[in-house]
Amino acid sequence: MPLDQSFVGRSYPPTAPYEVGREKIREFAEAVGDANPAYTDPEAAKALGHPDVIAPPTFVFAIAFRAAGQVIEDPQLGLDYSRVVHGDQKFAYSRPVRAGDRLSVTSTIESIKSMAGNDIMDVRGEVRDEAGEHVVTTIIKLVARAAEED
Amino acid sequence: MVATVAYDAVEAGTELPAQSFPVTRETLVRYAGASGDFNPIHWNERFAREVGLPDVIAHGMFTMAEAIRVVTDWVGDPGAVVDYGVRFTKPVVVPDDGVGAVIEVSGKVAQKLDDEARTVRVDLTATSGGQKVLGMSRAVVRLA
Repeated sequence: MPLDQSFVGRSYPPTAPYEVGREKIREFAEAVGDANPAYTDPEAAKALGHPDVIAPPTFVFAIAFRAAGQVIEDPQLGLDYSRVVHGDQKFAYSRPVRAGDRLSVTSTIESIKSMAGNDIMDVRGEVRDEAGEHVVTTIIKLVARAAEED
Repeated sequence: MVATVAYDAVEAGTELPAQSFPVTRETLVRYAGASGDFNPIHWNERFAREVGLPDVIAHGMFTMAEAIRVVTDWVGDPGAVVDYGVRFTKPVVVPDDGVGAVIEVSGKVAQKLDDEARTVRVDLTATSGGQKVLGMSRAVVRLA
């Protein structure tokens, strides 16, 4: 059964703050093999005008995806996650994520489309810092493949 | 923000230095730990084959993280990235053969967007094993 269009626009409560740590950023940068000093050296980051080390552009995905779990696991929506693949990913930044940030994510169902039996859902995550200032918007496009006919 | 590439020095068609990123099973295990994505299709060959994949595949978000390095290494300041989006078109298959896979990424300035904000759109191409693994891969970046 296709997903219910009336869920478009539904927002979920903001998540408890995720505290971004210098060592977590370092671990992520090392895992992607990126030696840019802005990720690990506070002085190098300051020389670029950042108050502390910044995170690689895609670092915030893990935080936004965890927040999107509220949508994915919403029993009323009824998404069959075993059939879901990650279709597209987008980020729109007001500023880079940095060490010391306490980030909260508000997830909203941006759109639901049905194409050739597949459900395609965009989940928007508004990521804000402790002061409520916008940091980045993430759009996670999930594609739930059509169930096989019995 | 201090980008090292001047807006006035680029034009539509300017190519960014291309890069190759090797991926082995060890890379994927490290990325799983760092990102918290422990989906077994990224480390368990038996599971990957059971769900119809040819072998273990790289995390799409790993490929996305590598592709933007062509942009961030070019501008110097990763904070200069204003916008970034990709479509995951084909998986990067990572065999356990001591070699693994390679993700090849190239990029070029597609358009100068805003003379005042000094932003340009960079289009990225990412391939592995001769196949395009990302589509619609675009970044907007603020230059000096």
